[in-house]
Amino acid sequence: MTARQRDFTAPRVRLLTPAGELRPTPEAEPYLPLVEALPDEMLERFYRDMVVSRRIDIASANMQRQGQLALWVPSHGQEAAQVGSAHAARAQDHLFPSYREHIVGMIRGLDPVHILELLRGATLGGWNPDENGNFHLYTLVLAAQTLHATGYAMGLQFDGLSGTGEPETDAAVLVYYGDGATSQGDANEALVFASSYQTPQVFFIQNNHWAISVPVSRQSRSPLSLRGGGFGMPGVRIDGNDVLVSYAVTRQSLDEARAGAGPSLIEALTYRMGAHTTADDPTKYRADAEVQHWAERDPITRYRTWLAGRGASAAFFDDVDTEASDVASDLRRRALELPAPTREKIFAHVYSEPHPVMAEELAWLEAYEAGFEGGPA
Amino acid sequence: MSARVGQEPQVTDAAASDGLDPSRAATARPVEHGLRGVQTLSMAKAINAGLREALRADDKVLLMGEDIGPLGGVFRVTEGLQAEFGEKRVLDTPLAESGIVGTAIGLAMRGYRPVVEIQFDGFIFPAFDQITTQLARVTVRHDGTLSMPVVIRVPYGGHIGSIEHHQESPEAYFAHTPGLRVVSPSSPHDAYWMIQEAIASNDPVLFFEPKSRYWPKGPVDQDHSGMPLHASRVIRHGTDVTVVGHGAMISTLLQAAEIAAGESISLEVVDLRTLSPIDYGPILDSVQRTGRLVVAQEAYGFVSIGSEIAATVAERAFYSLEAPVLRVSGFDAPFPPAALESEYLPSADRVLEAVDRALAF
Ligand SMILES: Cc1ncc(C[n+]2csc(CCOP(=O)(O)OP(=O)(O)O)c2C)c(N)n1
Ligand SMILES: [Mg+2]
Repeated sequence: MTARQRDFTAPRVRLLTPAGELRPTPEAEPYLPLVEALPDEMLERFYRDMVVSRRIDIASANMQRQGQLALWVPSHGQEAAQVGSAHAARAQDHLFPSYREHIVGMIRGLDPVHILELLRGATLGGWNPDENGNFHLYTLVLAAQTLHATGYAMGLQFDGLSGTGEPETDAAVLVYYGDGATSQGDANEALVFASSYQTPQVFFIQNNHWAISVPVSRQSRSPLSLRGGGFGMPGVRIDGNDVLVSYAVTRQSLDEARAGAGPSLIEALTYRMGAHTTADDPTKYRADAEVQHWAERDPITRYRTWLAGRGASAAFFDDVDTEASDVASDLRRRALELPAPTREKIFAHVYSEPHPVMAEELAWLEAYEAGFEGGPA
Repeated sequence: MSARVGQEPQVTDAAASDGLDPSRAATARPVEHGLRGVQTLSMAKAINAGLREALRADDKVLLMGEDIGPLGGVFRVTEGLQAEFGEKRVLDTPLAESGIVGTAIGLAMRGYRPVVEIQFDGFIFPAFDQITTQLARVTVRHDGTLSMPVVIRVPYGGHIGSIEHHQESPEAYFAHTPGLRVVSPSSPHDAYWMIQEAIASNDPVLFFEPKSRYWPKGPVDQDHSGMPLHASRVIRHGTDVTVVGHGAMISTLLQAAEIAAGESISLEVVDLRTLSPIDYGPILDSVQRTGRLVVAQEAYGFVSIGSEIAATVAERAFYSLEAPVLRVSGFDAPFPPAALESEYLPSADRVLEAVDRALAF
């Protein structure tokens, strides 16, 4: 045996088996109390949010097919990773998504119609994070948000808003990115900065096994959770299709970050069941057998089995289905009613302060358009 | 004034069929196969065919990029090439543009001729450092003993109704950088030849592919290029106003010329093809005849290719000009959400508005 490490493995921390039994892996044992402390209504809420997410996915993909959205980005298969981690954050925490975390936004209080507004091509941003649960804007340039999250966490720390031991005010940052994005320079620089400044921050990698058509094996030969250790912070690999472990591990990590223990990283193993976006055709690059393998590990099915085993009634599940349908159809109706943006929007907020070129070009465009509207035919 | 164009552009695809001026003919490399004749291809298929030729002709040619293997690229430009040439010639890389271009530089140092695909215009910037501070300077830093035959293919421009960072026109950043060559075809024929000529070039070439033109088909003469890489060409002759553009703008200019003809205004359309260096010969020649010039581009007008052409034409053809050189550009605001792109992008009407102003001067 040489001193060179060749064993690049990490255990998959899990509470709930794919069959829906609460059977913690050894590494998951310490997290069990966090789940046991959850009231029934929270446990039910996890289920509801996952079902709502999947329902919105279907409705929105349909809207895209009907030409009502430029694009839809599905999260089918990733509901447990997203719902569990989102519920682990406290109100004062800040969340930096990439572009697939619709239900995370909703859990933070964001009206998903704003996500549709963005994907309909009506806005470049869509919401004000300050008024929407500190859920920051989607970032389409991969991994760019990991650095913003780190800087934000540095700011919280400089402002004395973490590590004071005050659970109601100490804050942390939770940043989401994908397995593909981990290869970007920005993602790695974010880990360097976070570690260097010991930011109150959790990096949450959703390893859904694909970056469009490229398998995660092209990005990394070792578990992505080991990236934490390489940068001097703890890294945990979890079963991302287990909503309970996603909640518990993120909860623990955020609590530690808020308390001043520094950053950490979570790799949630999950699977993108659908296309990358509605513009993608996954049959071109991946095998049905693999999709089937993951279908058998569905996050909602296993959780439902567990809840039913604990006594959740058929009526409860029916109610959630009805609610999810209502949320989705209401969302669809409101998305279709969104007003088209007007041309002022092109120039309106490019700068915070008045800018002569914006004023000049808007005036030119309005005069130009008025020439068509009012003038002789 | 009334709108002279409906919403849907009526494109006359004269770009490939007109103006193959034999006096300027020069192919980049000898044609080693028998005559193949003229095929009708989309630009995506034409570039695919050009890449295939280059991969066959020289086993140092490599393709690198995100999703260019089994998927064939998000625009299917590399479709089938990994299956044909294998994973060592067509590399689905890790997801990092700086990494792709940086390693392409190393491969070129080792004698390879990497052809990099950037997935969308807005995602070239993680590689901006490697392109501008490294790729562009390797040759000068080696006193000319090391050349950098790297091609960077970039699907660019609007008209596809997509989300943020998917409709940008960043060509001026690269044209501004000494050491880089920058080109953009407007037709399948040019795309087929220019990609092969770019790969044959010993200098780095930024190859901007107008993505809204990937799908329309046009004739591709697979035996004769017609002209060298760094040459502009007149693609429609006219006498009143010269209009100049590149990439997808060419179909807008041809459309404008068609409408103008109906109003007895004769536009001469020049397809730039090469943005660095700019081939001023055909532009100056045209301006000397028409006395009026309108430069159109999707990119921001401020500090743009159009600005550069306007300044140079004013310097070199001042006494031929009957009117100031006018620019028609994307506004100097970030490319807006897709719902506003038709207001934002220069249309045939916006070009004609400038033509009217030039004529009225
Ligand atoms: C800098 C940059 N390069 C390329 C892209 C194009 N792109 C969008 S999503 C994607 C794959 C991302 O994969 P991953 O990080 O695993 O996230 P997932 O989509 O699987 O959630 C790519 C290549 C981009 N958005 N940004
Ligand atoms: Mg992924």
